[in-house]
Amino acid sequence: MSFDYLILGAGGAGLNIWDIIATLFFFLLLMALLKKVAWGPLMGIMTQREELIASEIQAAENSRGESQRLLEEQRDLLKEARTEALAIVENAKKQGEASREDIITTARSEAARLKESAIREIDTEKERAIAAVRQEVVSLSVLAASKVLEKEVSEEDNRALIEATIAKAGEVN
Amino acid sequence: MEHKNPEFVFLGMHGNWSNILMLAVTTLIVFLIAYFATRNLKLKPTGMQNFMEWIMDFVKGIIKSNFDWQTGGRFHILGITLIMFIAVANVLGLPFSISYDGVLWWKSPTADPTVTMTLAVMILLLTHYYGIQMKGLKEYGKDFLKPLPFLLPLKIIEEFANTLTLGLRLYGNIYAGEVLLGLLAGLATSSVFGFVGAIIPAMAWQGFSLFIGGIQAFIFVMLTMVYMSHKVSTDH
Repeated sequence: MSFDYLILGAGGAGLNIWDIIATLFFFLLLMALLKKVAWGPLMGIMTQREELIASEIQAAENSRGESQRLLEEQRDLLKEARTEALAIVENAKKQGEASREDIITTARSEAARLKESAIREIDTEKERAIAAVRQEVVSLSVLAASKVLEKEVSEEDNRALIEATIAKAGEVN
Repeated sequence: MEHKNPEFVFLGMHGNWSNILMLAVTTLIVFLIAYFATRNLKLKPTGMQNFMEWIMDFVKGIIKSNFDWQTGGRFHILGITLIMFIAVANVLGLPFSISYDGVLWWKSPTADPTVTMTLAVMILLLTHYYGIQMKGLKEYGKDFLKPLPFLLPLKIIEEFANTLTLGLRLYGNIYAGEVLLGLLAGLATSSVFGFVGAIIPAMAWQGFSLFIGGIQAFIFVMLTMVYMSHKVSTDH
């Protein structure tokens, strides 16, 4: 069995069965060994990396959605707070208005009451003054009258008068 | 140039110690490269891990250009091992060759037709095996009658032609490279002038052979995947 003419004499004298066996043996051994110690772990780590990247992308997407949601929530809260603040201000304004009205009314009625009492006091004072004047006038009139009479009725005169009267009365009796 | 091979006969079968030795060396080198490149694997790859991942992605690219990954993924390990094995085997003979007593010991194992034809036949048998396994014997048989039934003889010849070209292309490229390197080495050792004259072409040819070694490994794996996809895919 000579293949010399076919393969330029490089293959040797015959079909090298042992070379075939060796080639298959070494190649299959290498493939099996490398599958176990090299390609397997390497493929594993590449898959792991793919999974890591995928999960990172997923996580990034999730956190983006989460932040979007939070932002929306915050925006709603802010809007709510704003309307609430507006309502509070409105309320306070209304209350201020009301209390102003109240104070004004109270002050007005107080003023009216004070005026009333002042008028009353003035009246009584006037009465009293008039009475005092009147009294003064009486005493002055008496004084003036006594001055006009220019005679003072003394006590002895009075007594003498009274006695004379009594005596007169007794005589009559 | 007239080197003899260290042949032996064992159990009535012939063998070549040089081939067996060089196959063992190739296996050892590929194993050591792959083994030490995949120690201490990290999610953030550094150094050799990058290199191995590049090879994996490269082979993945070859496979993806022929199959969808669902079908082709199972051939990934075959492809990576094949490309590294052949690439290393191709360049082993480049730096030097060792012959002792007129017997050639150190050379590229792929510079021997028995080795390359064994690989080629193995690949072709694998394609037939996967064709039957994945499509069923009936569909596999029908493929021989496509596109037209009377082309059946050509289809059968094609299988053998594929096997022969796959193995002999690799063998021819590497063997020719080694022959030329051997001639240049012979010129360099002949005289001082011969050395001066040979050193530049020898370096150029070594560089070119390195390139050829890589290209041939790539072509071998590419054709493996092409033949595989012809047998495995349903839309051909």
